[in-house]
Amino acid sequence: MLSSIDSKSGPLVSLHDVGVRRDGRWLVRGVDFSVSRGEIVTLIGPNGSGKSTSAKAAIGVLKPDEGHVNRVSGLKVGYVPQKLAIDWTLPLSVQRLMTLTGPLPERELTAALEAVGIAHLAKAEVQHLSGGEFQRALLARAIARKPDLLVLDEPVQGVDFSGEIALYDLIKSIRNSQGCGILLISHDLHVVMAATDTVVCLNGHVCCRGTPQTVSQSPEYVRLFGTRAAQSLAIYSHHHDHTHLPDGRVQHSDGSITDHCRADDGHHHEHDDHHHHDHEHPHAEGERHV
Amino acid sequence: MFDDFFLRAVVAGVGLALTTGPLGCFIIWRRMAYFGDTISHSALLGVALSLLFQLNLTLSVFAVAVLVSVLLLFLQRRQALSADALLGILSHATLAIGLVIVAFMSWVRIDLIAFLFGDILAVSQSDIAVIWGGGIFVLAAIAWLWRPLLASTVNPELAEAEGLRPERARLLFMLLMAVVIAIAMKIVGILLITALLIIPAATARRFAATPETMAIFASLLGAIAVFGGLFGSLRYDTPSGPSIVVAALVLFIISLLPLVRRAGTPAAQQRGQSS
Repeated sequence: MLSSIDSKSGPLVSLHDVGVRRDGRWLVRGVDFSVSRGEIVTLIGPNGSGKSTSAKAAIGVLKPDEGHVNRVSGLKVGYVPQKLAIDWTLPLSVQRLMTLTGPLPERELTAALEAVGIAHLAKAEVQHLSGGEFQRALLARAIARKPDLLVLDEPVQGVDFSGEIALYDLIKSIRNSQGCGILLISHDLHVVMAATDTVVCLNGHVCCRGTPQTVSQSPEYVRLFGTRAAQSLAIYSHHHDHTHLPDGRVQHSDGSITDHCRADDGHHHEHDDHHHHDHEHPHAEGERHV
Repeated sequence: MFDDFFLRAVVAGVGLALTTGPLGCFIIWRRMAYFGDTISHSALLGVALSLLFQLNLTLSVFAVAVLVSVLLLFLQRRQALSADALLGILSHATLAIGLVIVAFMSWVRIDLIAFLFGDILAVSQSDIAVIWGGGIFVLAAIAWLWRPLLASTVNPELAEAEGLRPERARLLFMLLMAVVIAIAMKIVGILLITALLIIPAATARRFAATPETMAIFASLLGAIAVFGGLFGSLRYDTPSGPSIVVAALVLFIISLLPLVRRAGTPAAQQRGQSS
């Protein structure tokens, strides 16, 4: 199984012009991206932009209505879904959660829990965990399987800021030690970008893509998330590609000055406003908004 | 062997309770109580059809239960009505159609009460063979399906992404439900089958620390309810099926008492830790 993967140098999974349609509406269309071994690909985009849908199409949980998905045969996936509600009637300890989809040696189980920092909670019932602890437990479960492809849908929800950085560092170190491909979904751009090789920005279709630097500089990205998001990203990665002037205009590293923020757009001073839709055409094919 | 009608009733009831325990756990974990009710109500349509076409009763009930399950899956896919409303329609439609068909057949005299509330004291040796044979088959199938069923109970997409087949597990689980309802009908009756599925499982939740122990406890608690109910029905001359359900309910209420809960929960957790 593994040999068939190792023998190929191509991507673990690749999407070609994938579209998913539900109830007569395209959730996403024209999605192209691939994840290779050792690569971290991050899908970003506002709520409802099709990030989860694209990831589910990539791992075969959703069948695309157009386009096609290629997966390496015998691909072993570790998945952290976005929403997971466990009914109170199901008695489930963290330990038992770890072996939910497959058996696991005791040693690896403990190692995974230690890696995410919740070894002391092994015997706790999952319903009693806090949001952050539960996310760590889910991450531990996914990495303990030693997957070829790790798919993390908003893996740090409910985790505090320092814990968030620690988890992204952990995700990076998993990639380095296990060499798996990682498909990450986030609307939380501040920290994730620094750990990412490729960013795919979605809004019903692929807006823009590239390295974190190129994406953060692309006008589509700034339109979608506002300059504030781009700015905080720049602060985190310590490469200021542009500066906000006191009058609201933006000075780029090449010295040019542009007015990114629309006059009627009062949102760019709210740091947490990443979900703001400032365009209304998620279904137009191949459309670019410059 | 099993000459005594009371002994036969105990053996049959315990066999059924052991089977319904694990199945009932999945029903409450997956919030399928109403589904169980619907399938058991459809059993009356199965009874009516078996009389009308002179088919084997158990097979006919099983076939109708499967048909209703499949119909439900199909209707849910269309997403026109909520699952809740669909269940309500199917549940009472099948029950009513069954009653109407029975009323039309003026040439057959059937004991409707026996079908609705069960007649465990009338089970024969061949009934016992069906209950234990079917029960062992169902338990073996549940054990085989345990991991995909449990994983898809937590999250079907996670199960699917990691190579299990939740859709298949769900379909097979529905078939197992149909089997259990077909074999349980004689014992507790159409209207009380769901109680035997749900009440012991709900009682077991208080004492269990893992899904596996909960399934085992549910079986044992169900068996205790059968003993208690049958002895109670013998002593006070009450109907046997309802008496079993009342006994299960008494166990459930005892499990709710704060005293039992305080003493039981930590002990249950320690048991779970050592496993």
